[in-house]
Amino acid sequence: MMLSEITTAGLFFQLVPWIVFFPVIGLLINTFLTGRMSEKVIGWLASLASFASFVVAVLLAYSLSVHPEAVTVPVAQWIHIGNLALDWAFRVDTLSVTMMLVVSGVGTLIHIYAIGYMHEDVRFKNDLGRYRRFFVFMNLFIAAMMILVSGDSYLMLFVGWEGVGLCSFLLIGFWYEMDTLGRSSWANSDAAKKAFVANRIGDFGFLIAAFLMFWTFGSLQFDKIFELAPQVAQASPGIIVAITLFMLIGVTGKSAQIPLFVWLPDAMAGPTPVSALIHAATMVTAGVYLVARSAALYTLVPQAQFVVALVGAATAFFAATIAVGQYDIKKVLAYSTISQLGYMVAAVGMGAYVAGMFHLITHAFFKALLFLSAGSVILGMERGHHHLAHGHSEHEEEILDPGDMRNMGGLRKQMPVTFWVYLVGALALGGVFPLAGFWSKDEILADSSLYYPLVYWLLVLGAFLTAFYMGRQIFMVFFGQERTEVAKHAEESPAVITIPLIILATLSVFGGVLNLPGLHTLTAWLEHTIAFIHPGEFNLTVALSSTILALLAIFLSWLVYGRKPMTVGEQDPLKKMLGPVFTIFENKYWVDEGYWAVFVDRYIDLARFLAQTVDWRFWHDWVHDSVIASNFKRLAHFLANPIDLGFIDAIATGLANLTQRSSAGLRKIQNGFVRSYALSVLLGVVLILGYLLIK
Amino acid sequence: MVPVSYYLALSAVLFTLGALGVLVRRNALIIFMSVELMLNAANLAFVAFTRVFEVLNGQIFVFFVMTVAAAEVAVGLALIVAIFHTKQSIDVDQMSSMKG
Repeated sequence: MMLSEITTAGLFFQLVPWIVFFPVIGLLINTFLTGRMSEKVIGWLASLASFASFVVAVLLAYSLSVHPEAVTVPVAQWIHIGNLALDWAFRVDTLSVTMMLVVSGVGTLIHIYAIGYMHEDVRFKNDLGRYRRFFVFMNLFIAAMMILVSGDSYLMLFVGWEGVGLCSFLLIGFWYEMDTLGRSSWANSDAAKKAFVANRIGDFGFLIAAFLMFWTFGSLQFDKIFELAPQVAQASPGIIVAITLFMLIGVTGKSAQIPLFVWLPDAMAGPTPVSALIHAATMVTAGVYLVARSAALYTLVPQAQFVVALVGAATAFFAATIAVGQYDIKKVLAYSTISQLGYMVAAVGMGAYVAGMFHLITHAFFKALLFLSAGSVILGMERGHHHLAHGHSEHEEEILDPGDMRNMGGLRKQMPVTFWVYLVGALALGGVFPLAGFWSKDEILADSSLYYPLVYWLLVLGAFLTAFYMGRQIFMVFFGQERTEVAKHAEESPAVITIPLIILATLSVFGGVLNLPGLHTLTAWLEHTIAFIHPGEFNLTVALSSTILALLAIFLSWLVYGRKPMTVGEQDPLKKMLGPVFTIFENKYWVDEGYWAVFVDRYIDLARFLAQTVDWRFWHDWVHDSVIASNFKRLAHFLANPIDLGFIDAIATGLANLTQRSSAGLRKIQNGFVRSYALSVLLGVVLILGYLLIK
Repeated sequence: MVPVSYYLALSAVLFTLGALGVLVRRNALIIFMSVELMLNAANLAFVAFTRVFEVLNGQIFVFFVMTVAAAEVAVGLALIVAIFHTKQSIDVDQMSSMKG
């Protein structure tokens, strides 16, 4: 203890609580003090709060570079009952600080972007008051995410886990009374509820895992659990398998993996900065972080590792196929996110924790970039729409979806900055040498080729599809002829939006240097926290083949979409080639409909049965009305009629009648005639005298 | 000498007559006179006993009674006059406004 105090002297570990306090201060100020201030003040204040967290994270990273061992900073006691001791403590190690840097760094850029984006969004939707609310929620999200990544126990992780889930719900349903086109409907709030419910199913798995851990290890602290885990795994490996698999359910909920991924595409109902921050860069990676954090548990059970890897790989491939058939610019990116999360989950599942974390970081850069650029495109389209509506406002034209790629085309000319950064993001995502995505994806592929061939092939196919759908998107959005008037009048976004995009584009280009083959900076950095790292070897065959596949996919997408651009109202050219297969992609394998038929409808049937038969007929009609109410009524009648009226009231009225009758009798004597009084006096005297005489 | 029982009998008769008068008659003056009759019946009994026992106590009582009766007549007549002023009648049956 003394030793660690001496060695950490002069470093910044004690600052770690501020990583949560700064955004909380930001949101409190914005909630209570800036009611009458301008949008600029609100937006920059929130961005500053996020940036302050980033500064703290940088200081912590510097401290760790001097003193790489994990440091625990207790903040407050929470629950102490008997042997149960749950405290709020921060754990500063290389893994948590990596997450902090990503969250606060990307978060700050997105905050700044949102200053410009929300400025226009609240005007298109005619509710200026919500500007402030947006930044309060965003700061709340940063705080919750920081709690998630910085906790020293599964309990604090769960607190953050729920906190980010709440923020996700609040921000998906930010425009809760309309749909994505601004029409009055409950579509957005339905999407928010869907996300919340799907996450809740995952949280159930996480909770079971946490209870199992507490039951087995008697603690929820990372250190204690990881210390005891090898012994428990020797004695009863089944428990560790159960814990890891239940934890996987939590991961599939939060990180949108099969079978709980369905909420993420709908989550695009939220404003675009939210899609970028929460549903691409940070919150959805919490599941990956959870598996990486629990590396000590997963390493003990290869069966569970295989399941995790398989779930990730299947999701990576499956979501990539759906992305090919989508028309909404954000939906494509949403399925792409699910697919890329699949890569990360597959990576951490097969034990390639560094590759997973590496991809998490680079993905945060280029997917945030892509989403924000997509937001810029949508805003540009909305500006064009606005421009036209002002030009000839007399005729009502039907609302045009500014996010539908079939309405775009040729935007390269109108929005040059957005086009270039989008291209960088797409190439990085597609895994083109030497952008960030190439290095991280390649590391995952190289690792998977060593362990699980099935996973490797799924991921390679996914990578091919990734390059293809990104090529499709670029060609549909930015090349060819404008397919609508709106696209012709689209306008470039202001600097507050494009500058964060340029910064993110730079990061997407150079993000690969974090863990270049041979240097392994990130591996060396994370080694201090995760002790089970395979040093990822660069595999030339894998790298070459994946690059060739990516280029081939881009070439194919040019053949299909670029060579002869789509014209107005034309069917997707791929649909003509693939026919029903494309229809399957387009309809997302009818997963949502299947879930409705299998789960939701059954659930509604059950609810209806419970409501109508059990509750209404049995409880209400029979138990309440027939049994309880009618018997009570009978008892009440009995008490009222014979007992109350017949007995108790009879006493009262009888007394009253008696008094009345006797007083009526007495009144007759009191007739006011002196003579009759005198007579009674006389009679009295006679009686008394008579008595005296007789005695 | 007339035996004392005769006096007592006369006194009783007079008293009874007075009492009947008070109870039966309605005219306040007559009632008043009946009251006087009863007082004087008592006086007669007093005087009769004085003769029998040969003490003066009875005689003194009679004086007191006559004095009180005189005062009573004064008050009573004043009351009757006042009542007659208000009611234009001295019929006692009409003076029943205080009955319960």
